[in-house]
Amino acid sequence: MKHYDVIVIGAGHAGCEAALAAARMNCRTLLLTLSLDTIAYMPCNPSIGGPAKGHVVREIDALGGEMGRNIDKTYIQMRMLNTGKGPAVYALRAQADKVMYQREMKKTIEQESMLDLQQGMVERLLVDKDRCYGVITRTGAEYRADAVVLTTGTYLRGKVIIGDLAYESGPNNQQPSIQLAHHLMELGLEMVRFKTGTPPRINSRSIDTEQMEIQPGDEEPRAFSYETTEYITDQLPCWLTYTNEETHQQIRDNLHRAPMFSGVIEGRGPRYCPSIEDKIVRFSDKGRHQIFIEPEGRHTEEMYVQGLSTSLPEDVQEKMLRTIKGLEKVEMLRTGYAIEYDAIVPTQLWPSLETKRIQGLFTAGQINGTSGYEEAAGQGIMAGINAARKVQGRKPVILDRSQAYIGVLIDDLVTKGTAEPYRLLTSRAEYRLLLRHDNADLRLTDLGYEIGLIKEKRYQRFQAKQQAIKSEIARLHQTRIRPTAEVRDQLVKMGTNEIQQVIELAQLLKRPELSYQNIASLSPSPTPLSEDVMEQVEIQIKYEGYIQKSLQQVEKMKKMEEKRIPNWVNYEMIEGISSEAREKLTQVRPLSLGQASRISGVSPADISILMIHMEQGNRAVRKEKVHE
Amino acid sequence: MEHDTIAAIATAWGESGIAVIRVSGSDAIAYVDQLYRGKEVLSKVDSHTVHYGKIHHPRTGKLIDEVLVTVMKAPRTFTREDTVEISCHGGLIPVEEAMKALLTMGVRLAEPGEFTKRAFLNGRIDLSQAEAVIDLIRAKTDQAAQVALNQAEGRLSRLIRQLRTEIVETLAHLAVNVDYPEYDAEMMTSDFLQERMSEIHQRIEGLLQTAKQGKIIREGISTAIVGRPNVGKSSLLNVLTQENRAIVTDIPGTTRDVVEEYVKVRGIALRLLDTAGIRETEDVVEKIGVERSKKALETADLILLVLNASEPLHTEDRRLLTWLQGKTGIIIVNKTDLPQQVEWDELKLLASDLPLITTSLVQEQGVEELEQAIADLFFSGRVVDQDATYLSNARHIALLEQALSNLDEGMKGIEVGIPIDMIEIDLKNAWQALGEVIGEAVAEDLIDQIFSQFCLGK
Repeated sequence: MKHYDVIVIGAGHAGCEAALAAARMNCRTLLLTLSLDTIAYMPCNPSIGGPAKGHVVREIDALGGEMGRNIDKTYIQMRMLNTGKGPAVYALRAQADKVMYQREMKKTIEQESMLDLQQGMVERLLVDKDRCYGVITRTGAEYRADAVVLTTGTYLRGKVIIGDLAYESGPNNQQPSIQLAHHLMELGLEMVRFKTGTPPRINSRSIDTEQMEIQPGDEEPRAFSYETTEYITDQLPCWLTYTNEETHQQIRDNLHRAPMFSGVIEGRGPRYCPSIEDKIVRFSDKGRHQIFIEPEGRHTEEMYVQGLSTSLPEDVQEKMLRTIKGLEKVEMLRTGYAIEYDAIVPTQLWPSLETKRIQGLFTAGQINGTSGYEEAAGQGIMAGINAARKVQGRKPVILDRSQAYIGVLIDDLVTKGTAEPYRLLTSRAEYRLLLRHDNADLRLTDLGYEIGLIKEKRYQRFQAKQQAIKSEIARLHQTRIRPTAEVRDQLVKMGTNEIQQVIELAQLLKRPELSYQNIASLSPSPTPLSEDVMEQVEIQIKYEGYIQKSLQQVEKMKKMEEKRIPNWVNYEMIEGISSEAREKLTQVRPLSLGQASRISGVSPADISILMIHMEQGNRAVRKEKVHE
Repeated sequence: MEHDTIAAIATAWGESGIAVIRVSGSDAIAYVDQLYRGKEVLSKVDSHTVHYGKIHHPRTGKLIDEVLVTVMKAPRTFTREDTVEISCHGGLIPVEEAMKALLTMGVRLAEPGEFTKRAFLNGRIDLSQAEAVIDLIRAKTDQAAQVALNQAEGRLSRLIRQLRTEIVETLAHLAVNVDYPEYDAEMMTSDFLQERMSEIHQRIEGLLQTAKQGKIIREGISTAIVGRPNVGKSSLLNVLTQENRAIVTDIPGTTRDVVEEYVKVRGIALRLLDTAGIRETEDVVEKIGVERSKKALETADLILLVLNASEPLHTEDRRLLTWLQGKTGIIIVNKTDLPQQVEWDELKLLASDLPLITTSLVQEQGVEELEQAIADLFFSGRVVDQDATYLSNARHIALLEQALSNLDEGMKGIEVGIPIDMIEIDLKNAWQALGEVIGEAVAEDLIDQIFSQFCLGK
């Protein structure tokens, strides 16, 4: 029987980050997976990033995680989205070579010195008095550990549905995990049933891209990881086409065979990711829907049909595809399907992602009710970090809502729960102006270093960058420029009003039509600055007012966050709070007044009463001490 | 314990001589200093001193009012925090302007019972009083909820819901542009957003006008005049609504009709119920009059029962007198100028401990005594001004003002070229402020809207 510090069950996007983080924090770590061939597998879309999700990838990287580095080594296309908008919502997205992505991640895991990789299906957890101390696999192997991280994805009691066909299966005909699902219920964890789906895959040789719109990658080199210095220049395009009235008619004619409507599917599907049949029914007035055809890799003809997620019968899928412009002669390689799976109700977790019921048991990824590779990976790294810290007897690391999208994600899950698979959106973040794509390193590298996942060399580089930004901002505030004829002439050439009196450079940079480059041409920095430093200087000065406003809101939020709710608080004993609040508070057991105030159904009056109750208790405690 | 700075209007609503805004919190003095112009800088004055000066809007510099400012430094204050009280001239405009200015600067509107809550949390109030504090918070909140509920059928809340729906549609549109950049939804432009925001701005302004007028009608002690036909109810109404007592507001568009039912007696605001009904029933069948009286008896805070001294007591009189027991009322025995036939002994018995006065309203005799009786009831605390109604209204108005200033900032931002995804922050703040008025949850609405308005997916 082998003994580890941390065992991670599942090697998807959450499991890989969790295992790597724990191992890199010097924990002897075991990563168990159903199949060594599906490490970091992407069963659905072949892309990583986009709004909010791309932000998460950068955050993972700033904390010392792997997803950013791995996609930078394996993309076939990279694009910055939202460049026409403000910097808070720029978002990087990569199309991945799925096979390469897996191969690179597997290699990284195999190379990690403190990490063992093992194929095996976990069927039971070893639990003694509400404490998890190991796992048992189907083959009877027993592994002991002080902390276990569960990242089961969509495998728990997985069920694939196509038309009226339904069978037990993990994604893409992988083995489902049935015993473990039942075991978790036996352990008293509350479960929900969710559903998601994927579109068909098609053969690129059978499509006519002449009839589609090309979607190329950016020419400018881009990367997710702050460590990446080499860029892949050979990019593959994606293609845009549309459904039409004929497509919609095919779907309408076959709705009676759609499991979504015939009642075969019982799981709750996400609204942001509806199947095509769902879209046609709910948005019947929309004449066409976008379809993006995306390559699944460099060494395959397989292409992903984004926008056409479906669980209609196979024959309908094929007919439907062939109505679409450019797909008239298409060959379908894999059938689209819906998948149902078990997830745990995430309000059963502490913000550290440890379960409240079973000590030492952490969960991350789709098992917590989320959807998306990035959301999974973001939770994975946090679960790995906190499992390791638990083993090492240290306090958990909890990101707050003003620090990271990962913080927003986890706080939403453990505080509010979710009624459908949860996807991150920028509109879920109240401080989105602070949680920018460009400043993930500034927000989190210190923490990554402190945790031990950011290496010394990178940290020094980061500190130098920080210093450069700081001194350049200071210089622009201190340097004033006079309205000489030459300056006025230059300004007019830049397409802005000339100045009448002496003005701070920073003030000038606030003009919307002027960029940092413009300012630097009037008065260059004494030391050469890198692109990303210039970008930071420009954003931080230009949007100072709004950034300041957000920071003030954060200050207020932090005050509530700092008010910890002591252990002795018993919500059943508090008179005056509403019964809904009582029930929710008892279930969630928030750690701070801030967290309590975000629970739906808990009103400001309930919070006030809770505060008074806490103060009452504190005074009673103080009094007792005096008497002693 | 350190708290943020809160403010509320501390005096009851109406055309009182002065209105007091109380500001409490670690930055209270600094905030008020930004408004205040006088001989001294408030942060430098001694604690517990009063200062004369003027307050101006911190941004526009516009003069708001001439005021007296009381500065009280922690810990010798009610909340044990730095506290400033601004005494403005009574009346709607200056107080509201001053509140608005404070809120614009970042002071938060106090929650129901919050000053008392702080007093407790900061150790000012004894442990044994904690329950009383909880009761207070609960009661104030329930009252506020009740008011919100009453308004749920009202025009105000319907308009606010409409406005919120429009804002959330715009927010969802913005969010879809950001979160699904490749989706073929139309792009929101800053021109379009500017237009939407100014439209919403205008409508909130209109709504504020309505709310202010509505407030005058709603507030004050609801007062019913009851009695049989021809006892002199109309005369009483005339006496009460004489020109010098009717409240004249400085709000444009307020008609005589609106304010007719709202009168002031010795500085106490009375809202007369069903004044039209009183005039009507003087001439029509007795039955309707009694039905109306009964209804008024059930809903009013103060009941003025008018009896006719020149006639013996009727069955209806006796019934009204019985109904009145246990309620707050004044018995007015009118027509003392005529030969008296009323059974005084029986009347006094039926009146029990209710105040009883005699008048001849047509000759304007006994009016002084009546006014005194009303004032006595009020100041003895037996009639309670609907403070909670007022508070929650002031709160609502402040929230509407807050929404306006959020929109102002957003529109200013657009003008100086701030990207619209940042302007969204202002629009969202306005939307949240409006949500607080009607007590609607905020967080999930937007996400719901995004997915019902747009067809998104992989």
